[in-house]
Amino acid sequence: MTTTFRALLGATALCAVGTVAAAQDNVTLTIATVNNGDMIRMQQMTAPFTEANPNIQLEWVTLEENILRERVTTDIATSGGQYDVLTIGTYEVPIWAAQNWLTPLDDLPEGYDVDDLVPAVRAALSVDDTLYAAPFYAESAMVMYRTDLAEAAGVTIPSNPTWTDITAAAEAMTDRDAEVYGICLRGKPGWGENMAFLTAMANSYGARWFDTDWNPQFDSPEWQATLTDYLTLMNEYGPPGASSNGFNENLSLFQQGKCGMWIDATVAAGFVTDPTDSTVADSVGFAQFPNKDGVDNHGNWLWAWNLAIPASSQKQEAAKAFVAWATSKEYTDMVAEAQGWRAAPPGTRTSLYENAEYQEAAPFAAMTLEAINSADTQKASVQDIPYTGGQFVAIPEFQGIGTQVGQTFSAALAGQMSADDALAAAQTSTAREMARAGYPK
Amino acid sequence: MATRQTAGLARLMRAPAIILLLIWMIVPLGMTLYYSFQNYNLLNPAAISWAGWFNYQYFVTDPAFMAAIRNTLVLVLGVLTITVVLGIAIALLIDKPIWGQGIVRILIISPFFVMPPVAALIWKNMIMHPSYGVFADIARFLGLQPVDWFAQYPLTSIVIIVAWQWLPFATLILLTALQSLDGEQMEAAEMDGAGAISRFIHLTLPHMARAITVVILIQTIFLLGIYAEILVTTNGGPGNASTNLTYLIYRAARLNFDIGGAAAGGIIAVILANLVAIFLMRAVGKNLD
Repeated sequence: MTTTFRALLGATALCAVGTVAAAQDNVTLTIATVNNGDMIRMQQMTAPFTEANPNIQLEWVTLEENILRERVTTDIATSGGQYDVLTIGTYEVPIWAAQNWLTPLDDLPEGYDVDDLVPAVRAALSVDDTLYAAPFYAESAMVMYRTDLAEAAGVTIPSNPTWTDITAAAEAMTDRDAEVYGICLRGKPGWGENMAFLTAMANSYGARWFDTDWNPQFDSPEWQATLTDYLTLMNEYGPPGASSNGFNENLSLFQQGKCGMWIDATVAAGFVTDPTDSTVADSVGFAQFPNKDGVDNHGNWLWAWNLAIPASSQKQEAAKAFVAWATSKEYTDMVAEAQGWRAAPPGTRTSLYENAEYQEAAPFAAMTLEAINSADTQKASVQDIPYTGGQFVAIPEFQGIGTQVGQTFSAALAGQMSADDALAAAQTSTAREMARAGYPK
Repeated sequence: MATRQTAGLARLMRAPAIILLLIWMIVPLGMTLYYSFQNYNLLNPAAISWAGWFNYQYFVTDPAFMAAIRNTLVLVLGVLTITVVLGIAIALLIDKPIWGQGIVRILIISPFFVMPPVAALIWKNMIMHPSYGVFADIARFLGLQPVDWFAQYPLTSIVIIVAWQWLPFATLILLTALQSLDGEQMEAAEMDGAGAISRFIHLTLPHMARAITVVILIQTIFLLGIYAEILVTTNGGPGNASTNLTYLIYRAARLNFDIGGAAAGGIIAVILANLVAIFLMRAVGKNLD
């Protein structure tokens, strides 16, 4: 009995030694990521990284955008430490960096070439000139339109259109009997859905979310003009059921040839010009995000999916190595080699846009880069504002407030309340939330 | 049979299970109660402080609160009405011996096996969608303008989806009740000259009363917590048109990350659910002696 017992003890001790040794050598990185095409592609392309770093194992947690946001927010706020690399948006980066939840990325390897990052994107991911997240791909917003329909209707859309041009073109292209609608815009409620578009549109109308004392501004004439014109556009020239259309719904409507124009994220350009999915691939034109006559503002829409490292992670070095690899030039080249230049993650590096092969493969490259570079997330409105962020307000409360206001505006689009009632309701609910959160701070 | 000793022993033996159940219930409830009196927002976790009754006050004065209460009641009552009335009708129909009875019964019961989010997605994208949906196809075939269900009739749409899911449950319970109805009584009533309608009102319905009560009680408990169907289809909108109490709490917890406010909402929901339960027990529970 004692011998058995001793043998068991010995075995246990051996096991323990073995585990410790293994732990020193091997690191498993848990990476939380979003389930969009570019991110899924990355998971299939990691072989070169794991070959170069045999001691690092990668474990993926792939989630839908909203679920991902819920999970990583809960994890990081409670210092859960479940994840070593997070996929987060431009909205979270400045807020979380200010809370000291993220590891600063100021010591990336030499070959990384931080100066190659597109300046607008780099600015959006930096707090006090320190980079807190590495961009994986970035997007702005622009007008995508059907050149054939515009020609048939006898309208030209300038590369720098105003909202008056857009309205005129929408009217001319609409043909309800043929199920062709002049314009498709987001109507589905959510701070990242209809409010992303409406906030950018409001910016281009000269409106602002808050004045310098953090008072909501939905009672301003600029917001009133924004919402009224949006409702007119959608009711007169938009598709039916627009109040439940988000990015994906509009994408499929456009690909099926039911939209004359679509104003949305630049990343969509790759999808609508892809002949395997789009029936209108060879007749798509691009133009800058519109502005209102006399207002020098093109919405300032800027979004990027980024890789960041939570300060609570115990595996900083390995995580940094991975982040640097996944957002490097070499990764872009590798994807281009394996799957063609169209598949390269767009929007993050200037060198990509200087590449002749990419320019040829992606006819929308120039307009995308122009849209991204013209987005100023440090000052989104022509009026004085106390916040940063482009198509969102970079404060923690915005998720809740934006979604609530989005619901209200979506109800106005569905015809359940008037524009004035919707604006009044948005004003009340926003003022309430801001008071609770203790603004002005 | 049990002596005093064995009764004591039995109590002792039961204790672990009961204590475990008690902990199971008390700990989450206690934590919810505790958080409901705290200012605790996940987005600013450093600033935790005592909130007093503020979370409750804030939740109740939410512009969406009264709408949520009303929507919750409409949802519960609407689904109950549809499932009980149609449940009785379908139970009566499939109680009769027909050809292919087994298959018909399975088909009628099958919606209950579809998971709520899946069912909601199918209804949203394949049935009620104004462009691709079956309803839209039917409307276009008849030369009508397709209805955008979730924008124009959000709450009605959700009532329809949930009723579709719960109808099999009601049918199943009511069918078993019908099958236990004594055939001789029916025959006797028929011989005494009672018509089909008066037989239904005076014999079948009283016989099913107990089963109907069970259906109402069980469904009410589940229907008060309807959430997946709303999240998948309307997200509580447009506006607050389809926000119920559960969804309002979700909004506080998962969109605003306001743990204190959501906990207060949870406690309010528990109190309201208990009020409804007491009311229901009084009103219909006397059938359950």
